[in-house]
Amino acid sequence: MKKKLTSVTFNDSAEKREKLLAVIEEYKGKEGNLLPVLQKAQEIYGYLPPEVQKTVALGLEVPEAEVFGVASFYAQFKLNPDGDIAIAVCLGTACYVKGSGQLADKVTEIVGLHPGETTSDGKYSFEATRCIGACGLAPVMTVNGDVYGRLTPADVAGIIRKYQ
Amino acid sequence: MNIENLTTIQQSVKETLDIRAGIAAGHKRNVLICGGTGCTSSGSVKIHDAMQKALEERGISDEVKVIQTGCFGLCANGPIMIVYPEGTFYTHVSVDDVDEIVNEHLVGGKEVERLLHKEKTASGNVEPTSLSESQFYKKQHRVALRNCGFIDPENIDEYIGRDGYRAIAKVLNEMEPQQVIDEMKKSGLRGRGGGGFPTGLKWQFAADQPKGKKYVVCNADEGDPGAFMDRSILEGDPHAIIEAMEIAGYAVGADEGYIYVRAEYPIAVHRLQVAIKQAHEKGLLGNNILGTDFNFDITLRLGAGAFVCGEETALLTSIEGHRGEPRPRPPFPAVKGLFGKPTMNNNVETYANVAQIILNGADWYASMGTEKSKGTKVFALGGKITNTGLVEVPMGTTLREIIEEIGGGVPNGKKFKAAQTGGPSGGCIPAELIDTPIDYDNLTAIGCMMGSGGLIVMDEDNCMVDIAKFYLEFTVDESCGKCTPCRVGIVRLLETLEKITDGRGELEDLDKLEELCNYIKSGSLCGLGQTAPNPVLSTLRFFRDEYVAHVVDKKCPAHVCKNLMQYIIDDNKCVGCKMCSKGCPADAIHVNDGAVVKEGKKLPYLVIDQSKCVKCGACIATCKFKAIYKS
Ligand SMILES: Cc1cc2nc3c(=O)[nH]c(=O)nc-3n(C[C@H](O)[C@H](O)[C@H](O)COP(=O)(O)O)c2cc1C
Ligand code: SF4
Ligand code: SF4
Ligand code: FES
Repeated sequence: MKKKLTSVTFNDSAEKREKLLAVIEEYKGKEGNLLPVLQKAQEIYGYLPPEVQKTVALGLEVPEAEVFGVASFYAQFKLNPDGDIAIAVCLGTACYVKGSGQLADKVTEIVGLHPGETTSDGKYSFEATRCIGACGLAPVMTVNGDVYGRLTPADVAGIIRKYQ
Repeated sequence: MNIENLTTIQQSVKETLDIRAGIAAGHKRNVLICGGTGCTSSGSVKIHDAMQKALEERGISDEVKVIQTGCFGLCANGPIMIVYPEGTFYTHVSVDDVDEIVNEHLVGGKEVERLLHKEKTASGNVEPTSLSESQFYKKQHRVALRNCGFIDPENIDEYIGRDGYRAIAKVLNEMEPQQVIDEMKKSGLRGRGGGGFPTGLKWQFAADQPKGKKYVVCNADEGDPGAFMDRSILEGDPHAIIEAMEIAGYAVGADEGYIYVRAEYPIAVHRLQVAIKQAHEKGLLGNNILGTDFNFDITLRLGAGAFVCGEETALLTSIEGHRGEPRPRPPFPAVKGLFGKPTMNNNVETYANVAQIILNGADWYASMGTEKSKGTKVFALGGKITNTGLVEVPMGTTLREIIEEIGGGVPNGKKFKAAQTGGPSGGCIPAELIDTPIDYDNLTAIGCMMGSGGLIVMDEDNCMVDIAKFYLEFTVDESCGKCTPCRVGIVRLLETLEKITDGRGELEDLDKLEELCNYIKSGSLCGLGQTAPNPVLSTLRFFRDEYVAHVVDKKCPAHVCKNLMQYIIDDNKCVGCKMCSKGCPADAIHVNDGAVVKEGKKLPYLVIDQSKCVKCGACIATCKFKAIYKS
């Protein structure tokens, strides 16, 4: 998936930073450590802003470019934070043949975001996912992790409104 | 832990498993609730918790055991609950139904009629059916899925109760490594990850490498978007994979295994973690397994969502912690794999057959299936099909049996158009080939591939050019970019498809597409690039007329491609209620100036200004009089 760099300002906290440094310490020197460390870093911060990537690079003694290379390669890694209202539409095949493409268009129309983007005030984010495992409910979207299924484009606005 | 201990555990769970198998009757009941991802999304965990609480409140939690299982298969009707020994099959259950089920059924002994799963029988009546008698189950044959929806995947004793860890015991006590490999060869099992490579041969290659450090890997990356066979096996029967990896480790001489599983599968990851821990505690994993000198341990590695990491060399690079880019082969992983050591990698479903082959014999396994494709195959049925879900059938079952009988056909009276297998690497089987017996070779012969088991059904409302474009968008996103034919070539393919669906296509584009496809197939480094053109080639082969309609007539016959279709209001049906114009985001619907006369009265009707319409489809959904159609 093409990844967009973030425009949201980074908020660090001493507590999070400490956790991250502990993770780095735990994995330092182990074979194949970059992926697990980034996964844990994302658990801590919710995404991987440049500042976090830099800390990981310094800590594990790998080039920053390699960290960015790995972070941008894998779909799981988020370069943008989730919005307060995090919307995702499934574009897995089962959902797509049942019209999830139109759901995605509708979300874009309503919140003005394309997949992979977060509004700069951090309020909304929009993601296109690949199969969340609810194919029996296709087409599906999720808002803050709640699954909504068997949707038509007409249902989208009402679902988003519930979170506003 | 030794064999006697296994027998003791088996005895201890016999009663509860017999109740579920319908062998033992009695006052004790087992309530099975699906805890797979599909039913979890529709709230099955809440149902489980509410049920447990209700039973405790009534003081009957000793008589009724509530078990969260893996997927039953019939995801479309979830959340699913089954009550044994009666075998009562409840579908579409919600939290609000729990009290009624407890009071009426579990206390009162009377089934809750309205929640029973019902099906049309041969006589035409709609009647309740049990799971095993349903159309969906009757033609299935469960080997890889035998424990899914039957045992509690987080309780190792139940797995042992189903002859679990008997196969590794047999292998360690009675068989030489080479005998194990010979048995696999004789069974005819082929890799279920897509390639169909004979499993026994693969084990032989790894075993033939000089003694020393070797690895066994399980590919649980399941990249095909919309396929969920492997996930369901891991969620429903994780110990079967652990046991099979041990058997493989013994056969090839490895003492360490890695399972590469998608981080997007949190339930599967959790169940694997629980299973690994329990197997350790019981001495069934780790050092001196079952009291022998065989050591084997397993590490979980979470994949981070990259389709190309399903390709085995990319997967190994990813386990090593890098961007998951494929490596040229040779050297093959069997020679130089993970961390430079000989490595044997199989898919989840491949492993799921292994213990059964050891216990029941290669001849038993080879008696199922076709001449060159033995055993069964699990499919994830999805798309325009009534029974979305997971099915396992003997190889050689026809597509018609899967779609019409097991799958319950295409819903809403629509016509079946094609089935897609093999995901982004595969192709379409058109309606005229619906009687094709499904096995590796038949699918390859028609330019399709078995793939890992995703089976997506499409009806007359799906545009085949759009579907090809959908898969290309996926592979463009997922190409790792290492080699040029793939990185650049498939982007060109996608651009050409976009040109066609936008209405700018020309007839000669179709030949260019074919030429480019063949170039990409032969020039790419790994399987992703080599197979990415397949969805285009296969739709061009079977649905060329649809491509031609797009480029010559500038029409999308399925009315999907926005630039090649219009929404039109039928003035014979429009009653002038203006509901559509209120909901139109583009303000494209206006009352017609020239009023028409209907039944002596002048009625206004609405028209769509095509230059403003953004083709969102909202109007068609709002019109109660079905006056709006696509053209
Ligand atoms: C692009 C690409 C994606 C693949 N994805 C998967 C996958 O998700 N799961 C899988 O088991 N095999 C996948 N494979 C096949 C593996 O490379 C490998 O053949 C397989 O894991 C071997 O196991 P098997 O012999 O048991 O099938 C993929 C191959 C390619 C080229
Ligand atoms: S074929 Fe595509 S995915 Fe495979 S190595 Fe080349 S660029 Fe990467
Ligand atoms: S399809 Fe959408 S934009 Fe076009 S007329 Fe209907 S509601 Fe308006
Ligand atoms: S394809 Fe959308 S949930 Fe599976």
